Amino acid sequence: MTNELLMLWSDNAATSLVIWLIIAIIIFYLGRKQAHQVFQTTGKAIYSTMRLWGFTLARLEQRLTQRNREFLIASGARATEKAIEREFTRITNIVQRDLSKYPGLHRQIAESIEKIESDYQKSVDAAPLPPAWGEVVETIAALPTSGDPTVVKILSNIKKAVDESHQQTLKTFKKSSAKSHALLAGMQPRWRNIDEKLDQVNDKINGLETCSKNIDKQVENYQDILANKDSAVNALGSSALTQFFISGLVLVIAVMGGLINFQLIALPMSEMVGGSSYIGSMKTSDIAALVVILIEIAMGLFLFESLRITNLFPIISSMDDRMRRRMMIVTFTILTILATIEASLAYMRDLLALDREALQQSLINAGAAGGVVEAQFRWIPSMGQMVMGFILPFALAFIAIPLESFIHSLRVVLGLVAIGFLRACRVIVRIVGGFAKHLSQILVYLFDLLIMLPVSIEAAIKRRSERQSNDASKISDSSIV
Amino acid sequence: MSQSKGNVKTRLMLSIMMTMGVLLAGCGEGKPNSRAVYLLLDTSGTYTQELAKAQAIMNYLLATLNSGDSIAIARIDSGSFSEKDIIAKATFDIRPSTANDQKRLFKHKVDEFVAQVKFGSRNTDITGGLIQASDFVNETNAGDKYVLIFSDLEEDLQKGHVRDFPIDVQGIQVVALNVTKLRSDNVDPRDYKKRLTHWQERVKQGGGEWRVVNDLERLDALIAMH
Repeated sequence: MTNELLMLWSDNAATSLVIWLIIAIIIFYLGRKQAHQVFQTTGKAIYSTMRLWGFTLARLEQRLTQRNREFLIASGARATEKAIEREFTRITNIVQRDLSKYPGLHRQIAESIEKIESDYQKSVDAAPLPPAWGEVVETIAALPTSGDPTVVKILSNIKKAVDESHQQTLKTFKKSSAKSHALLAGMQPRWRNIDEKLDQVNDKINGLETCSKNIDKQVENYQDILANKDSAVNALGSSALTQFFISGLVLVIAVMGGLINFQLIALPMSEMVGGSSYIGSMKTSDIAALVVILIEIAMGLFLFESLRITNLFPIISSMDDRMRRRMMIVTFTILTILATIEASLAYMRDLLALDREALQQSLINAGAAGGVVEAQFRWIPSMGQMVMGFILPFALAFIAIPLESFIHSLRVVLGLVAIGFLRACRVIVRIVGGFAKHLSQILVYLFDLLIMLPVSIEAAIKRRSERQSNDASKISDSSIV
Repeated sequence: MSQSKGNVKTRLMLSIMMTMGVLLAGCGEGKPNSRAVYLLLDTSGTYTQELAKAQAIMNYLLATLNSGDSIAIARIDSGSFSEKDIIAKATFDIRPSTANDQKRLFKHKVDEFVAQVKFGSRNTDITGGLIQASDFVNETNAGDKYVLIFSDLEEDLQKGHVRDFPIDVQGIQVVALNVTKLRSDNVDPRDYKKRLTHWQERVKQGGGEWRVVNDLERLDALIAMH
């Protein structure tokens, strides 16, 4: 068909092609204006549509950014409120637990100081002085004897009396000093006691100071958040991203732990629910093992929820304390029972594996007696499996904490991803619009390039006619002049 | 406000769990079929010397089959269309430990049989055995049905036995194992080919699939692995 059309004008393909080309150029030339309009209108239409799309996407992006910001502010404010509340609770605890004992402590310190003061007073009592007549007697005793034996005797008696008096005074003084020293030595433990008590007071005051500093910081942060400051929003955003990646990493680790747990109990589960039944495309025993693990995770979630560590279920956190405590006990009991079941299943798995190994051995060594040689330390992996079976459910229960962080941060991350996606779409839409606009212009020029021969002729004719009309007007002007 | 946020969280968690469930349900290639295997052992003439190889096949089958699968071993003798020729049969229990015990018992029975076989039967009724085998595997309602014929495929019927009619092996995979060459085959190898072609045609006419596995080192593709 194409060939027939091509050879319509002549048997020579080239001649026919040239004729077709001439016809096409003529047709294109005749439809030049319309073609230009088509190209330009199409380009403009695409450009306008894309621009509209761009605006819509920008509006959507703005709205999403705003919502994300609002969410960040709200969640950040909530978290800061909680932190402040926690600090106040800590202060209350310190005040209630420690500072309530302060009057007693104060009394003890006051008593100690009073006692010290009284002991000090006692220790500074004046030492006994020698009798007042001592100086007179001493003066008399120091008089020259002049050789009179009576006088010498009298004086020596006086001297002796003076010496005795001195000795007695010294003895009394020593006794008084020893007593003072004993009193001062007795003050030492009381000083230490006071020192310790003051240290305790200091520690508590310091604790309060740290708490108040923390509160100051949190309040400052809270003010920034309420003031909708960019710095606060950026900090919250980066914090959410960090939370997302960290909790995601922990969740991946938890999933690995769950897989190990699954491997531990899937085989022995087939002893309980059968190894040949299927639900859909999955073995019933595998589903049962999976269900046990999921129940363990659910119990862990409820346990942490009732402990008020996480806050995923408002119904649980709003329960009264008695009910919450009951729920805590129930979930912990179920978790412990499941862990015990898992430990026994893990042991059973070991027995089954051993049995299967024995059968395989007997099948491989045809004719030989079945059974594998009992290894010396065979009990170690058995025990290891049992311990793992018991511990893993409790470890999986802790998934509640990263899960909560993940869910909280997921909202922010999804928002950021959506914003990024919208931004990319907006850029693409704008690029497509701009490209369509320029492309329509390029097509107009290309079209003119195709029909450049008739267009050039037209231009030449126009120029000539213009020149002729110019010449004619000049001649008419000169004739008028 | 907090109630609605809580609801959002709960919905998010539920949707995550549902997604996980859908993903788990979507994984896999559908429920695997249970398998039924019937092994026919030729006990005629000099073929009894090959029975040690049959034990290796049985061991492979026992190691491969799982809970819910069925297995039977029967001998081919002068009149094989009889339950008396079944040496051992078992449908493995859903509990793996019980299935292992059944396998041990099964192996014990077959080992005992192989030990006591000294003289081969006078005639070889392969067709009778094949009919008996197809009845057994059809009764199990298994998804994959196999009849393994451990024989030289040289049928030698007792006088008066009628076996020249089409056999119904619809949906059954018939596998000839260790088809040994007879002395006459060495004289004219076409006899061997004719024998194989004859059985292939009979099985295909009966709606079954036909395979020959002579190299017992390549048993891994004998039955479908689950």
